[in-house]
Amino acid sequence: MAVAKQKLSVPFDYDKYLRKDKLPHIWCPGCGHGIVLKSLLRAIDNKELSKNDLCMVSGIGCSSRTPGYVDFNTLHTIHGRAFSFATGLKLAKPSLKMIIATGDGDAMAIGGNHFIHTCRRNIDMLIIVYSNAIYGMTGGQFSPTTPIGSIATTSRYGNVEPPFDICEMAKAAGATFVARGTAYHTQELERTFTEALGHKGTAVVEVIDSCPIYFGRMNKQRGASEMMENIEKNGTVSVKQVDKLPAEKTEGKLVRGILHRVEKPEYCEQYDKLIVAKATK
Amino acid sequence: MAEPAKKLPRIEISERRCKACSICVDFCPTNVLEIRGTTCVVKDLEACTRCQLCDLRCPDFAIRVFD
Ligand SMILES: Cc1ncc(C[n+]2csc(CCOP(=O)(O)OP(=O)(O)O)c2C)c(N)n1
Ligand code: SF4
Ligand code: SF4
Ligand code: SF4
Ligand SMILES: [Mg+2]
Repeated sequence: MAVAKQKLSVPFDYDKYLRKDKLPHIWCPGCGHGIVLKSLLRAIDNKELSKNDLCMVSGIGCSSRTPGYVDFNTLHTIHGRAFSFATGLKLAKPSLKMIIATGDGDAMAIGGNHFIHTCRRNIDMLIIVYSNAIYGMTGGQFSPTTPIGSIATTSRYGNVEPPFDICEMAKAAGATFVARGTAYHTQELERTFTEALGHKGTAVVEVIDSCPIYFGRMNKQRGASEMMENIEKNGTVSVKQVDKLPAEKTEGKLVRGILHRVEKPEYCEQYDKLIVAKATK
Repeated sequence: MAEPAKKLPRIEISERRCKACSICVDFCPTNVLEIRGTTCVVKDLEACTRCQLCDLRCPDFAIRVFD
């Protein structure tokens, strides 16, 4: 696995990948979205990808604002439909490396259908789900990943709906690379993104993220740092440790790391083959 | 003869970008940083071990540590 390139003497130069005139970004103080983006930019650097060969596509939400800050080809589309726009673009220009920035609301609620069919087709793109268990942008409504019992503006007495497991959903729908990371484990996330960027086919990375302003405040987490600490201490367990730990240490925790990786025919390539076969008949 | 002065790192904080979220302050292992008003500032440069954790977790591209 590629190791972090960060050298002590030279801090990583994020600015070369950013639209500096758009900073400071709109995310609230301590919002995890910026930390996720930083891990992604280091992974892109590890893979030595050129900015012109990248295209970042998003839907609507705080997380979906990411393309506004990166100096790649970018497309900010409509709620839940980043996958569909990206599919069209990828078919038209298969050389582009597609990265989708989406939220738990954008990908799992309004975009759920587009998400599963993108996974089913195994079209070559990296889907990053910024998973903060809330609709941040619209003021803190519960989402399809909000845990049972959590408070949201639409569940004042506690959420009664069981949440989706995004990774299980991606795998079941046919994604060929599925992983989970967190905004706390920044270097592990960088390594996961680096691997995901090297994968051919649909790669889904769910990132356990924090919305201190809505989820945090409503659920008695005092601030951004406390939310980070909770991610570290209570939320997740590494895939490398999960089998070694006693059941009571892993119960109710989400597993981090690369959870599923297989090779299957990629959609654009299959389509191209068909066109060539028919055209040369 | 006097010991040569220890070479200190240089910590660059962008006041324009910093939102004083305190993540870097709370996760710095050696308590180098603090929030003053609306920005993060260096309070004890000598304690900095150049571990880069502040930079890795700053959501705002606001802090950088040079050797
Ligand atoms: C068709 C449509 N329906 C509803 C909305 C309102 N809306 C905007 S963002 C959003 C949810 C975003 O949540 P998520 O994807 O989790 O992103 P976050 O803000 O948490 O990063 C909703 C419901 C919209 N913009 N368009
Ligand atoms: S509302 Fe929540 S998700 Fe949106 S920017 Fe603020 S902290 Fe982040
Ligand atoms: S580099 Fe490490 S020791 Fe120095 S300020 Fe940042 S977190 Fe603290
Ligand atoms: S983590 Fe970044 S934005 Fe937050 S206080 Fe530190 S320098 Fe400022
Ligand atoms: Mg969300």
